[in-house]
Amino acid sequence: MRRFLLAVSFFLGLLLLWQWLFQMRFWSPVLLPSPLQVWLYLKGAAADGTLFHAAVITMRRLITGYLLGVIIGLPLGLATARFQVLRDTMGTLALGLQTLPSVCWVPLALLWFGQTEAAMLFVVVMGTVWSVVIATDTGVRNVPPIFRRAALTMGSKRLHIWFKVILPAALPFVVSGMKQGWAFAWRSLMAAEIFVTVLTGFGLGQLLHFGRELNAMEQVIAIMLVIVVIGLLADKIFFSPVERFLHRRWGTSQA
Amino acid sequence: MVRHSGRSTATEELQPIAPSKLSIEEVSKSFKTASGPVLALDRVSLSVAESEFVCLVGASGCGKSTLLNIIAGLEKPDSGAVLADGKPVTEPGRERLVMFQEPALFPWLDVVGNVLFGLNLKHNLTRKDRRDVARYYLELVGLSRFERANIHELSGGMKQRVSLARALAPNPRVLLMDEPFAALDALTREQFYGDIQEIWKSRRKTIVFVTHNVREAACLGDRVLVFSPHPGRIQAEFRIDLPRPRDINSVDLAAHATRIKEGLMMHRKTEPVPK
Repeated sequence: MRRFLLAVSFFLGLLLLWQWLFQMRFWSPVLLPSPLQVWLYLKGAAADGTLFHAAVITMRRLITGYLLGVIIGLPLGLATARFQVLRDTMGTLALGLQTLPSVCWVPLALLWFGQTEAAMLFVVVMGTVWSVVIATDTGVRNVPPIFRRAALTMGSKRLHIWFKVILPAALPFVVSGMKQGWAFAWRSLMAAEIFVTVLTGFGLGQLLHFGRELNAMEQVIAIMLVIVVIGLLADKIFFSPVERFLHRRWGTSQA
Repeated sequence: MVRHSGRSTATEELQPIAPSKLSIEEVSKSFKTASGPVLALDRVSLSVAESEFVCLVGASGCGKSTLLNIIAGLEKPDSGAVLADGKPVTEPGRERLVMFQEPALFPWLDVVGNVLFGLNLKHNLTRKDRRDVARYYLELVGLSRFERANIHELSGGMKQRVSLARALAPNPRVLLMDEPFAALDALTREQFYGDIQEIWKSRRKTIVFVTHNVREAACLGDRVLVFSPHPGRIQAEFRIDLPRPRDINSVDLAAHATRIKEGLMMHRKTEPVPK
């Protein structure tokens, strides 16, 4: 309860600071709107469905691309860990491409796929897949060999070992890779949506972009807030419980 | 006892199974190291009778663990063969379960989940029967209360108990133990000596037990084989005919231990072990 109150007062403080900056007129109100203006925009956009519609489109792109990235990345990571040849080739490629900010794929995606959903998806997949590959590969390589030996003597074989021993043993690594992949995917999708107007659907990034074009800073800030909240929710709803479970089982944290 | 095909119940599963007879024939194994090949085992032959408790003692690096791994099927010999009940051992399997020096428990499973791991590979048992079997063995090692505990919450001795329950649960014919008590404190270890003798008496397993502790070997084994290193060979053999259960601190046992130690030292005098 005390922690909760502390967090609430922290954010209230931020809000007050913002209001104060607005009232002091350090910047013109066109550049820095008040919290109230942002709130009014949010209320309006929520009421007429714009916000919800955009959020759905963005989340659909993100989740589809992310799942695709995980589905491709996981087996690829297992394969690079299992076969030295693949490690030397695919593994090195993955390492290289992971360091490439996935925004850099946007121009290429546009040329290849045009202003389509496929271009969006491509960028998200590229943001996700390499983190997952590298984390899975590292995770598998860090599984103590004794686990495999113990499983073998209990009659576990090939596929059973992979699914019941190696994959679960690598889970802490895989999850942190998936979390990193999620963060990269989210960033690259926002970049892609701000850069590219796809006529099949306007996502949050596009709303933000229109806000800039219309010089409507309250819209820009409101959308930024929405993006932050979605990121936080994804972390709290999906990743945090999984991480808490891992910590409890493995005994890797005091919480 | 031959397992009939089809379903079997927890009660059937818990029946003692006929222990195996092992025969190790002229097994050799060498390893490549930075300073050239090392002959870990040099034509080692040995037979272990059904439900016999055999201890292998020797200094570190004398090849006793290698021999255990070969019996388990985890490693292949360069030449020679291991026969279990007349059939050559070609791969690891639950007929011959290994208990390692580290507990090697799976941290993603709770205590009962670990004991269930081997049982889950027995498809002739129902879910409930597997649970009953797992619970039986957890009770046998005195950990019923910790069924749902996470592995990291257990002490070293408790972990090794879970490891023992996990090795016993699939009802193997042979139990291979690779210095299972070496990392435990003395008090915990002495408790294990009593427990393991009792379990061996009630479950009738063939046990091959590797250790560098001479007293431990004298306390547990029907026979104690002394290994000499470089190349790994069986140097001497001692039959321990003390009544069971044996107390690690008894005077008679100490006398046997002294004889075994002399066997070990004899070798040291003639050929200093290069470090």
